[in-house]
Amino acid sequence: MQRKQRLSRNTAYFVPYILWILLFVIAPVLLLIYQSFFNIDGQFTFDNYVTYFSSSTYLMMTVNSVWYAFLITLATLLISYPTAYLLNETKHPQLWLLLIIMPTWINLLLKAYAFIGIFSQAGIANQFLSFIGIGPKQLLFTNFSFVFVAAYIQIPFMVLPIYNSISELKPSYVNASRDLGATNWQTFSRVIFPLTMPGVKAGIQAVFIPSLSLFMLTRLIGGNKVITLGTAIEEHFLTTMNWGMGSTIGVVLIIAMVIIMWLTNGNKRRSGKGLTK
Amino acid sequence: MKTRTFKWRNLYLWLVFIVLYAPIIFLIVYSFSKGTTMNNFHGFTWSHYQDLFADSRLIAIFLDTLLIALLSSIIATIIGAFGALGISNTTRPLTKNTLLSLNNILMVSPDVIIGASFLIFFTALKIPLGFGSVLLSHIAFSIPIVVLMVLPKVQEMSTSLLDAAADLGANNWQLLSQVVVPYIMPGIFSGFFMALTYSLDDFAVTFFVTGNGFTTLSVEIYSRARQGINLEINALSGLMFLMALILVIGYYFINQYSSRHRHAAVRGRRS
Repeated sequence: MQRKQRLSRNTAYFVPYILWILLFVIAPVLLLIYQSFFNIDGQFTFDNYVTYFSSSTYLMMTVNSVWYAFLITLATLLISYPTAYLLNETKHPQLWLLLIIMPTWINLLLKAYAFIGIFSQAGIANQFLSFIGIGPKQLLFTNFSFVFVAAYIQIPFMVLPIYNSISELKPSYVNASRDLGATNWQTFSRVIFPLTMPGVKAGIQAVFIPSLSLFMLTRLIGGNKVITLGTAIEEHFLTTMNWGMGSTIGVVLIIAMVIIMWLTNGNKRRSGKGLTK
Repeated sequence: MKTRTFKWRNLYLWLVFIVLYAPIIFLIVYSFSKGTTMNNFHGFTWSHYQDLFADSRLIAIFLDTLLIALLSSIIATIIGAFGALGISNTTRPLTKNTLLSLNNILMVSPDVIIGASFLIFFTALKIPLGFGSVLLSHIAFSIPIVVLMVLPKVQEMSTSLLDAAADLGANNWQLLSQVVVPYIMPGIFSGFFMALTYSLDDFAVTFFVTGNGFTTLSVEIYSRARQGINLEINALSGLMFLMALILVIGYYFINQYSSRHRHAAVRGRRS
């Protein structure tokens, strides 16, 4: 006990980390909130918030952004859950998992760039559509392509937490459910899915929040048709230089983030083991 | 019956797998095409790679990106590893939980928020935008992942190990350098690799804090991709894929090595 105290009293090495928390975690967020109370001329005002909550443009943009984030998350979840489930049944799950995660090591921008080529007017996707008789379509710069590419990019981040919770699931629960006469669907909906809910929630959290802010995809793939909260912030900060309004939208995004985390962490305690690996 | 369902399952996995890799392979295949678009393959050529290596501006950006990634992940690993030690040393649960929550803020924050708030922060402190601001940002957003990678190792370490070392007369420095650091080394390595990939992958934060003079590869690819298809970018993606592959393999082997090493050590001690 004494020794432990001696060790913890020597806290000099801890100083850089605490400084990091103060300077790069707390200060920037406070500055962002502070900045949101200033207009473009640097005067203190509540106008940004008034404008935001009274303008239909901003409100529609927010609703749209949340809607598209929802679509992206749903698409990702529908693809990832079976993937994670089947992954757990393979002989070498760790190797498969590594292969699923590997694309995340490729730069995001390069993946987006690949889709510019794939979805272009005479690109491979349209060649395929012509081949099966549908004929070429405008693919790039549509809402569909935005959701598709965003889901493509996020799949590994959804598979990973779901896989972790599925692999922790005890097979005896599944066997017990079967022994008691449950059908496959009942076993899945009453036993497997509820027990892997922590992983699903972690996955939703990992996908939904970034989906609200993917501004490079709305530009490169979505053709600026979908304006996400992220796009709006980027526009206000780097194009129109209205930092006050940009910060206001940033505060809204932070609030959205806190709500999502609250929803997805809500009954963490009830569901027993946490989301950590 | 059983074998048939098994095949269906594998088919689904293969499909997901193909969809995940097809765009990347597509990019790399066209980096060898003679044409100027990604629509039809026009025959094999190295010319895009030659263009790439002749493009001194791009090479400089590539080196800058690498430098930022290495520097930021080394510094973040040092700060983060000490941070993890400090967090596990805190005795009050409230302090510990607060520190962990603060640690995770940058992990869950959207990139745009991190970028925008750092931009305000640097402007407020009158730190010029460029190499320095990008480096500071990369260190800042890499620290939490290092902490999360190192912390389980620190907590796994039994206090009797420290007590034994102290009983044998080790001072604080010896305790740290000869007992603690070797023990948590696998966590430190994982943290370092994650920090490296975070830095190499980052676009949004860098885009906000980079200013006019300094660029990283992600930002450069973004501005070129906005102008349309340029097969030099394909060649670049070929190179970056190779780099990612080397990183993954390196990471995998270090993990394998350290876990085997540890098991061997444990077995050796037991026998």
